[in-house]
Parts: sequence; structure tokens; C-alpha cells
Amino acid sequence: MSGHSHAPPGAAGAPRTGAGATPPADARPPGAAPPAGPPPPQVAASRLVATLAGFGAIAGLLIVLVYQWTHPRIEAHRAAVLQGAIREVLAEPDRTTTLFVYRGRLVEKLPAGVDSAGLDRVYLGLDQAGRPVGFALTAAEPGFSDVITLIFGYDPRTGRVLGMKVLDSRETPGLGDRIEKDSTFGAGFAGALAPLVGVKRGAGTGDRHQVDMITGATISSRAVIGIINHRLERVAPLLASYPAGVRP
Amino acid sequence: MRATTPTQDLTRGIWRENAVFVQLLGLCPTLAVTNTVANGLAMGLATFFVLVGSSLFVASLRRLIPNEVRISAYILIIATFVTLVDMMLQAMVPDIHKALGAFIALIVVNCIILGRQEAFAAKNPVGRAVLDAVGTGAGFIVTMVMMSSVRELLGYGTLLGYPVLGRHWEPWAVMILPPGGFFTLGFWLLGFGWWRARRQAPRKVRRWPHGAVSGKAAV
Repeated sequence: MSGHSHAPPGAAGAPRTGAGATPPADARPPGAAPPAGPPPPQVAASRLVATLAGFGAIAGLLIVLVYQWTHPRIEAHRAAVLQGAIREVLAEPDRTTTLFVYRGRLVEKLPAGVDSAGLDRVYLGLDQAGRPVGFALTAAEPGFSDVITLIFGYDPRTGRVLGMKVLDSRETPGLGDRIEKDSTFGAGFAGALAPLVGVKRGAGTGDRHQVDMITGATISSRAVIGIINHRLERVAPLLASYPAGVRP
Repeated sequence: MRATTPTQDLTRGIWRENAVFVQLLGLCPTLAVTNTVANGLAMGLATFFVLVGSSLFVASLRRLIPNEVRISAYILIIATFVTLVDMMLQAMVPDIHKALGAFIALIVVNCIILGRQEAFAAKNPVGRAVLDAVGTGAGFIVTMVMMSSVRELLGYGTLLGYPVLGRHWEPWAVMILPPGGFFTLGFWLLGFGWWRARRQAPRKVRRWPHGAVSGKAAV
């Protein structure tokens, strides 16, 4: 549509003589490609493809080797962090066990052939006598700048939250990130009754549903409280119906 | 291109042709991950490793890489190194990996690295390319520490996590937020501009670095 090839003949001072004819070099309209000099040594397309394919194969091999070396370490670290967090929010139980939500029930052992990967799960803490002390639940929802992932402990018999710890967040440094770094905020959740209600620090009326929020981190604090309430709304009946005394 | 000595290859990137303060490359990580010295240092070291590794490979393979696909090949080499660094940081120092977040993956598109491959490693022997990469990488580490020490000192009152300014210091939260990165970069660039203007002042011909004065002053 546009372009110099459609310029009227004579516009550049030298009328074209016909299709396929090359106009003199000095007659080219401005902006046209300069006449090709001696062509550069041509590299076969197959060589280009082969080079990149070879590089890609070597790169892939290297990545696979390092992945195999690092993957167990990364997974072990992740499991250790999670285990530490479970113990923290359940106030150091004697041992913990993982329960899966399967067909509307909490089960410790899945039927053979069922993959645990996609299933929701909760962690049950047990004391020395084997009695449950509470459940630890992970939950994630958007906070102020990105998804906040946290874990909290909950005792379905009393309806109390036992503790809360933020596992991962990208809240504003110095402001919102205090939900993760300010230990008094996390400690404020221990013993609070669900559903939680956030109040300004010092403005509480003694109601056990109230949790102190952080000044300057209101949105992040409210998000944490919301995450816990939403998670409990969905699983509290399930937790309450889990047979408490059946385990030896 | 003016011929340089191996010593110049090594030293020019550290200060005189510093990638960030003089060439204004790699500003994204310089602004984004310099809120604490630990983060800045880790980012600097990760970039250093990727830069040296990529330069080594690009210079070794420069005769094998056809001109038409050279950028793709460089990116492939760089991306491989970045992926390796990413996985190794995650396995060995997970806390630092968590703090650096998405910026590790973005080392791939750091212009300092691609720039050194195209401008130097692709045209020079392996030894010289590695020297150049070590110098440029060291310069980047210096930059990251210069940026992050100012920001951490004013923003937290600490250096590498140790309290320096005492308990009565009221932290300037803005310094650890994104604007603080721009403020700090601005002040350092001001300082560099002043230093350069002073160095190029007329009738004050300096002999160091050897032979470089006339070419630079003419610009």
C-alpha cells in the first residue's frame, strides 16, 4: 500500500523503464534500501538450526542435572519450614499427622490408587497421650501487593485460633510486611475466638473475637484476618466432625 | 576499537566504565533489590557468576556461533546459567532466594550481561573475555553495595542486619521503598558526574588510566 515503489514515475527524477528493471542507484527515492554490495558469506539455514538445537540440548542436559541435585534439597527445606510452622502454631505438639480432605471427610490414609497431590489437607497435632490438640491449616489469598500465604492453628472443640504465622508475603517493606515480622501481631491471634474481628490496637472491648491490627498495615492485617475466617468457614464443619477420641 | 591491555580489561569495568553509574545499564536490579546490603550483595554475586560463566562460554564458542543467530545463542547460554543459579540459591540459601524473588529470573534480560557478550566476549579470546566479565561483575557488586548500604543505613538504621545508628534512629521508611532507590541512584549519579567533570577539567591532563585521557576528553 505505501512505499516508494508506488511513487509516480519521474517523482525521483528517473522514470522506471518497466517491471523488473533496476533503476539507477542515484535515482532511488530516499529511504530505499541501498544497493546490495557483495553478498555476505551465506550460512546454510540447517547450520543455524543445528547450532541452536545443539546449544539447547546441552543447556537442557545441564539444567536437568542440576535440578536432580537441588530438587531434594529444595523439597526438604520446604518441608522443614512447613513442619516448623505447624509446630509453632499448635504450640509444640508431641507429634503431627497429615489428614486429607477426601470425599467430604478427613482421612489419614487415602484409598490405594488415589493421588494426594491435588487434595486439600490439614495437619493434626497430637499430645503425648495421642489426643488431638488442634488442627494446623494453610491458606492463601491476595493481600495488599501479592498473595499472602499463612498457616494457623485451630481447635474445633473451643472454636479458638491457637496461633498464626505468615509463611510467604510480599507486602510493603516497613509497613505491610510487619504482619510477618511483628511478633506481637502473630501472638495476638492465640486464643481468639473464630470468626475473628480486627480492631485498632488498644481499642478492643475485651471481646474474645477481637484481634489487634497493625497501625500502618491495616489492609494487610485485615487480609490476614479475612484469610483465616474464609478458610474456617469452609472447613470448620469438617474439622468439628472429625472423630476426636477414636485415635488411641 | 582501541586496543586494550589485559589489566585494563579487568579494571575498567570496576570503576571508570562502571556498568551502572557510567553506562547506566542494569538499572532494574539496582533499583529493585538494593533495600538491604544482604540482598544487594546476593544479587551482585549472582549476576557476577552469570556474567563470568556466560562470557567464558560465549568467548569459547564464538567461532561456532553463526552471526545470524548469535543473540539467540547468547540468550540461551545466559538463561541456562541463570536457571542454574536460581536452583542452586534455592537449594543452598533459601532465605536469600526468597528475598530476591522474581529478580533472579530477570538476570536473563540484564543488559549488562548481554551487552558484555555482544561488545566484548564475542570478539575476544577467552582469557580476555573472562577478565572483562570479572571486572564488570565486580563493578556491579560494588554498585549494589554502594546503593544498598545507603538505603539500609537510612531505612533500617542497620548494616548487614547489625544496628549501626542506635535505637533512637527513626528509620526513613521511604529509603527501603521504591522511591528510595531512585533517590539513592540520583545522588550517586550526581557524585559520579561531579567526579567525571572534575577529571575532564581543562589543563588538568591525568595520565591514568594510561593513554585513555585524550580519547575520553574529546567526547
